[in-house]
Amino acid sequence: MGGSDDSVKSKRIVFVTVGTTCFDSLVRAVDTQEVREALFKKGYTDLVIQMGRGSYIPTKSTGEDGSLSVDYFTFSSSIAEYLKSASLVISHAGSGSIFETLRLKKPVIVVVNEDLMDNHQSELAEELAERNHLFCARPQTLYQTISGMDLGSLVAYQPGDATPVANFINRFLGFNDE
Amino acid sequence: MDNVYSCFFSDMGFLNVAISLIIGISTLIMIRIFYVIYWSSKPLYSKPPGPLSTLIVLGSGGHTAEMLNLLAVMQMDRFKPRYYIAAATDNMSLQKARVLEDSLIKKAEVEVVGTSHFLQIYRSREVGQSYVTSVGTTLIALTHALWLMIKIRPQVILCNGPGTCIPLCVIAFFFKVLGIRWSSIFYVESIARVRRLSLSGLLLYKLRMVDQLFVQWPQLKSKYPRANYVGRLM
Repeated sequence: MGGSDDSVKSKRIVFVTVGTTCFDSLVRAVDTQEVREALFKKGYTDLVIQMGRGSYIPTKSTGEDGSLSVDYFTFSSSIAEYLKSASLVISHAGSGSIFETLRLKKPVIVVVNEDLMDNHQSELAEELAERNHLFCARPQTLYQTISGMDLGSLVAYQPGDATPVANFINRFLGFNDE
Repeated sequence: MDNVYSCFFSDMGFLNVAISLIIGISTLIMIRIFYVIYWSSKPLYSKPPGPLSTLIVLGSGGHTAEMLNLLAVMQMDRFKPRYYIAAATDNMSLQKARVLEDSLIKKAEVEVVGTSHFLQIYRSREVGQSYVTSVGTTLIALTHALWLMIKIRPQVILCNGPGTCIPLCVIAFFFKVLGIRWSSIFYVESIARVRRLSLSGLLLYKLRMVDQLFVQWPQLKSKYPRANYVGRLM
């Protein structure tokens, strides 16, 4: 997950996902020249954007001219394969998306959608960023986050466990644990 | 004897009697409510009970994923029959619950076939719905919730956040007060809630309508001491 090996021309894919939401400001930010160049400088070769219900259409590019190759689609029944093949994930701040990515142990930049009312989503992204499990950014600061990120500083997220809750409920109700 | 009663009514007057009755009944209800709240927080049975009928409230997206995560580690023969309820406009949650139940049937050695039911409930309010029309839809939702609760009368209720759980929990609380059915209500706050409780969680916590409230981050435990911090479920 560190720097790219120059002698091997393998794909390093950046996967952007907005889930089922409309998050035009993220898609727009990713589609800017400065963000695309920052990703290219960091050694990424492909940018795949899952744009959901957004109305802003990014510009496709084959990347033949020595830049990032860009492609997009709206929805997929399962983004698991895209996540698995990605070297970096840029995701909206939905908890399902965040934990699906962390489970696959992929480096992720979580972008909070400031246009949402009652933005409680930012609490989770900020807390996990504070614990160094991911990077947190806003669409306007995405470029700085990408340029300044150190993937080595990320700490793997240990998956949670629902058993303590189940045990508590069982004990409360009087069930004995074998 | 008759003289005493006729004196009573003519001196007191009907209005005073009515007021006394109202005060008396209100006091009884208040005492009963305090009794219910006090005993709700205490462990329920001292001996293992038989299987308990369980209502599981599912919400959209992340809520359902977290709930299914919890159900996967609970012994299904202790919690049956299971009633899954999702909002009428939620297409995915009941499907996912069915998938979970199918996998349980494959794994289980005990009889689990036929012990799960899948129901839909009207939502009080859709995202973005105007507050004016919300009054009407909330009343419809409350009536529907009452109808479902009368039919199911669960002994255990599991919920984790969506607004759909509020009418059900409130009705369950009143069933307890009225002695219709004692439900143990467990609320697991979503993992996405780190510093503040959701509106559902806050209401149920403040009104003391849940038996046990679980939070997944230590910050919430400090802020809401009566909550149980159990670490993360995801």
